[in-house]
Amino acid sequence: MKKDKKMTLTLPAEELMSPGHLACQGCGATLAMRYMLKALGQRTVLCIPACCWAVIDGPYPYSCLDAPIYHCAFETAASTATGVKAGLEMTGDTETTVVAWAGDGGTFDIGIQALSGAAERNDDIIYVCYDNEAYMNTGIQRSSATPYGAWTTTTPVKHFKDRPKKDIVAIMAAHRIPYIATASVSHPEDFVKKMKKAKAIKGTRFFHVFAPCPTGWKSRPDDSVKLARLAVQNAYFPLFEIEDGEKVTINLKLKEKKPVADYIRLQGRFRHLSEAHIAAIQDEVDARWARLLKSC
Amino acid sequence: MKEKKAKRIVYRSEREMPLMVISVGSQTHNLTGAWRNIRPEIDLEKCLKCGICWKFCPEPAIEIVDERPVVDYDYCKGCGICAEECPAKCIVMAEERK
Repeated sequence: MKKDKKMTLTLPAEELMSPGHLACQGCGATLAMRYMLKALGQRTVLCIPACCWAVIDGPYPYSCLDAPIYHCAFETAASTATGVKAGLEMTGDTETTVVAWAGDGGTFDIGIQALSGAAERNDDIIYVCYDNEAYMNTGIQRSSATPYGAWTTTTPVKHFKDRPKKDIVAIMAAHRIPYIATASVSHPEDFVKKMKKAKAIKGTRFFHVFAPCPTGWKSRPDDSVKLARLAVQNAYFPLFEIEDGEKVTINLKLKEKKPVADYIRLQGRFRHLSEAHIAAIQDEVDARWARLLKSC
Repeated sequence: MKEKKAKRIVYRSEREMPLMVISVGSQTHNLTGAWRNIRPEIDLEKCLKCGICWKFCPEPAIEIVDERPVVDYDYCKGCGICAEECPAKCIVMAEERK
């Protein structure tokens, strides 16, 4: 080992997640939670609806997080967080950050009306959607976050999903909320920076976090971070932020995009796709990237 | 690292159960190291002290002790992200010993 070099950690050293949790090997959602708590600190209340994190956390009365958790019904993540925030304000506590932490099913499909309501009222909460692109907790069913061509247990290989992913960020931008950001577990410094920025803003703040799931994507557990990084580098999941629904800032400007095929071929859920299908996905990703570049 | 280990608190009846979830790592009684098939072994000679293995550990089972990464084998599930991400390739995933 080099003696002279000093170790510099790029993330806050404070650890608010303890080992012993029940996540699968190589879970991206645990990484997302770890980075978020590093950024927000201990004065945080989490409202978690039915999602992977409702299980990962551990059975009652045990918990692997050093922050209070409110387990709520599937569709009520945003409204529960609103209520918790209102309750805290009644007791005079304006410091504590209230976070609604939901998966893609609880955001894109089931929780969207509560989320839309909270965004319309501009309630002072942070809503984080960690996106693993299907209902992974209940057994890999299709959600509206599932991308084109993906296998799930409800979209088998013969009838794979033929519709693109719902653009949740555009939906949230249409609500004109103060802050929207996308983040990926492969870029934790960017994630922590955005989370700290969001903590200082008042109003509804929305995060779309890309969290690979080796179990549902049929990928190798050691490829989780690599997949997330490839998704950023080929503009499948670009990193950007939107302030007040208008001002778009792209955090990672790509000079040269990697081909989507590298990302697709690492995952078993896309194994049945032919070259023509992958070309269609590449076209869609290119169109989405061009649209994003035009908007800023 | 040692003081983190907790014993599982067992409640005999429902009445004894606390009204609030016990926080501060009460889940650490669950030794997830038993899930592992392959184990990461760090060659500290080649280590660059970048902290990337610590940064990307989803458990987190890698701790920085005296500027060196140390794997906590009680909790490491053997996902192999550290070996994949290490820029110096100083982490090897070896077959788990019985």
